[in-house]
Amino acid sequence: MKEVLGASGSGAATPRSLEAPSPRYGEKLIKGLLGMCALLSVVTTTAIVISLLLPTFDFFGKVGLTEFLFGTDWAPTFQPASFGVLPIVVGTLSTSLWGMCFAVPIGLASAIWLSEYASPRQRKVVKPVIEVLAGIPTVAIGIFGLVFLSPLIEDVLPFMVKVPPFSAGVAGLAIGLMLVPIIASISDDAMRSVPGGLREAAYGLGSTRMKVATRVVFPAAISGIIASLVLAGSRAVGETMVVLLVAGASPNLSFDPGLSVLTMTAFIGQTATGDISTGSITYDTIFAVGTLLFVMTLVMNMFAIRLVRKYREVYE
Amino acid sequence: MNSRVNGQLTQNDPKDEMTLTPEPSREKGLSQQIAVKNEPGPDAGDVWSKDKVFEVKDVTVSYGGKAAVKDVSMDIFRNEVTALIGPSGCGKSTLLRCLNRMNDLVSSASVEGEILYHGHDLYGPKVDPVQVRKMIGMVFQKPNPFPKSIYDNIAFGPRVLGLKDIDERVEKALRGAALWDEVKDRLKDNAYGMSGGQQQRLCIARTMAVDPEVILMDEPCSALDPISTGKIEDLMDELKQKYSIVIVTHNMQQAARVSDKTAFLIVEMSSTENNRWGQLVEYDETDKVFTNPQDPRTEDYVTGKVG
Amino acid sequence: MAGSIGGIGGGSERTRLASAGAKAVTIDQLNNQPRGDRLKGNIFLALLLLALTIALAGLAAIIIQAAVKGAPAFGTQLITNGPSTLNPDESGFRPALIGTLYLILGVILLVVPLGVGAALYLEEYADGDRWWNRLIELNVQNLAGVPSIIYGILGLAFIVRGPLDMGFILAAGSMTLALLVLPTVILAGREAIRAVPPSIREGSLALGATEWQTIRKQVLPAAIPGVVTGVILAISRAVGETAPLLLVGAAAFVTFNPTFFGDDGYSALPVMIFNYAARPQDEFRVIAAAGVILMLIVLLAMNSFAVWLRNRYEQQW
Repeated sequence: MKEVLGASGSGAATPRSLEAPSPRYGEKLIKGLLGMCALLSVVTTTAIVISLLLPTFDFFGKVGLTEFLFGTDWAPTFQPASFGVLPIVVGTLSTSLWGMCFAVPIGLASAIWLSEYASPRQRKVVKPVIEVLAGIPTVAIGIFGLVFLSPLIEDVLPFMVKVPPFSAGVAGLAIGLMLVPIIASISDDAMRSVPGGLREAAYGLGSTRMKVATRVVFPAAISGIIASLVLAGSRAVGETMVVLLVAGASPNLSFDPGLSVLTMTAFIGQTATGDISTGSITYDTIFAVGTLLFVMTLVMNMFAIRLVRKYREVYE
Repeated sequence: MNSRVNGQLTQNDPKDEMTLTPEPSREKGLSQQIAVKNEPGPDAGDVWSKDKVFEVKDVTVSYGGKAAVKDVSMDIFRNEVTALIGPSGCGKSTLLRCLNRMNDLVSSASVEGEILYHGHDLYGPKVDPVQVRKMIGMVFQKPNPFPKSIYDNIAFGPRVLGLKDIDERVEKALRGAALWDEVKDRLKDNAYGMSGGQQQRLCIARTMAVDPEVILMDEPCSALDPISTGKIEDLMDELKQKYSIVIVTHNMQQAARVSDKTAFLIVEMSSTENNRWGQLVEYDETDKVFTNPQDPRTEDYVTGKVG
Repeated sequence: MAGSIGGIGGGSERTRLASAGAKAVTIDQLNNQPRGDRLKGNIFLALLLLALTIALAGLAAIIIQAAVKGAPAFGTQLITNGPSTLNPDESGFRPALIGTLYLILGVILLVVPLGVGAALYLEEYADGDRWWNRLIELNVQNLAGVPSIIYGILGLAFIVRGPLDMGFILAAGSMTLALLVLPTVILAGREAIRAVPPSIREGSLALGATEWQTIRKQVLPAAIPGVVTGVILAISRAVGETAPLLLVGAAAFVTFNPTFFGDDGYSALPVMIFNYAARPQDEFRVIAAAGVILMLIVLLAMNSFAVWLRNRYEQQW
């Protein structure tokens, strides 16, 4: 037994040992429990993948991969059924594209203003307000699009709403509003982290604010900005409620903003709420589309995370 | 090997149990009458034959395979203030943190050689770092009080150790750190409201509250103003009656003021200048190190010729 | 995702791009007329402000139009009554409100221990270099970006049917939502725990406390305000989520108060709003708009509470 006598001054010695008084099982147990909590995240991902894959395999047992990926007729619940997924993929891309067309200029402009032009007091007020936009539930944005935007745009630009009240373009516009805070906030953060010294060097050369913002800061922050765009795009692709309310349900293989489209998410949302029996082809179709959606967003997110991580490492 | 260590160290018989003889009160001075148990070494001074607290033997500390400090051998004695001085990067803090196993917190750190604490290997297989730290306390460079009240700061240590009589311990620790009169009426106040110097004395009191044997101090005054520094230096004189203190300081004058023995380390570089590590150059009584150093490098440093 | 994301990776890359920009600026300067610049600068700023105004106007429009549209339906019956297709004037959201309340309770019960536990593990115990820890981190980050409807599919496949086979009950909805917000809670928890400076941990360990004692008595108490704020913000996201609930059985037309495990069906506020809004008759859209305002009020209350909490209890290190 390793005994060392503690010498804390004049007085009796108190025997104390260098060895642990007990094996400290409690510590190990706690570490294990907490580790399992963390493991749950891995379990969830695995579960997502498994839950998606099994019915997907079933699906591709009944429907060919090429027919699915490259077919242009989407009518899985009809008789006879056809499973060409392109219309709903294009539907998703169309609404996302129109959303980005709105959100990118608005978001980037807001970010540039926040980062390069706004005073600290203005920033303190405006930035949180923009972030409120990100907290609005998507169903509320969908209602906004349906009840307010759609009739308004129908009056002003009738070609945008050919099948009232549904329109891919209006849905895109509503989604775009949702995306603005993502692009604005992350791009603003990226631009703010460009060191002041670079700006000062340009100002010292007699440059205007506009030039500094567009030629110095913006390029320097480009990767954070791109990350924000990719994340916004991924969000747009995964959006469900707005398209359910505003984009309609007709699988049109077209990017025309005036038409109604069916997105992948809307298809899942509509079909899965009905009564479908497990193992039926309709059930499997939901999962096949879900897998495609998951893969698309996963690729986009991983790309964005990579971009983000590269620049965080520089700072930490 | 470039190091030379002065003051021949005498060997204590390794014992598994030691009885504690209350030390006679020591006055500061060169001639001390201490009951010497072992035969003196060649350079016999009484100061080298006291009880040893630490025996550092050929210790090399590496981070991720790269040595930070190499081949250090020195003994640290009871109820003394031992100072580690040297330029930045010479590994003094690294060495200090080995003494209470705080380097365990860095996953890439590895320690070779032996560090004996009262004859027991501090890094032995059965040794529990938690127990080690109960006996060897540490005060850090930047005061780090907990975000709690003054009372709870001091009481934290005794509480987690399961000690009783918390109130008495708190008072005793605060008195011992010369802080009691200043804070006795506001023990429930948040510790962050104190000045820097008071916070550091709080940290010292906190360490004392768990009755350690050794107090390690890692540049305790470098973040403080001169007046607070002076108060803490005065404190050290009292503290060494009860504790053994090892202090790292980059302030040579401080080492000269407070310590009984001083170890001087330097930074060595490999020929390609890719690797740097610390090396012990000289270790002797403080007066000798500052007035009559044996190694020219020591002399250069203490006279201010090199930084 | 509001982290501080910086410019280009690697100082040299960023410097290269910025130097290129500075070079372009210099060339411009030496070539161009200063007067034209002034005008261009003003136009540019005007465009920026225009964009900003559009964004803010959009936000205002969403809220105002919902208030205006829903105004006719405002009244206590919104909270006290159940839905009714026969008497739209008497329609209310009561079962949905209670459903949302129960759902959130379930989410909190699940997400707080699991999320805080995972955050503690990742910050305090995990060695960042080990591959399994990096895998866990990667998973958490990815999960935060998965579309919410996928979580609905997960719930459908695993919880409602599949191995757990719970059926379309409220507890299943809670579990699905919990999985959805768990990554956010873990991320927020990690931020809060990480904000506690290492010097506090060192000080505690140097006194001879064990790791768990340090966590339990120093780190956690200091991190709690941040954790609670993060949980509230995550929960407020869950309140507004509709898509996953559609898939796990939150029907719209539930006229009675739901229970956790009852199999008579349940509803939630956003789901009921959605189902009203999807009907073509205008009186239902009015009710839907009123429901939107109701939901926004609830969210505003929650977020204000979170901000108040953070300001009151946040530790300034």
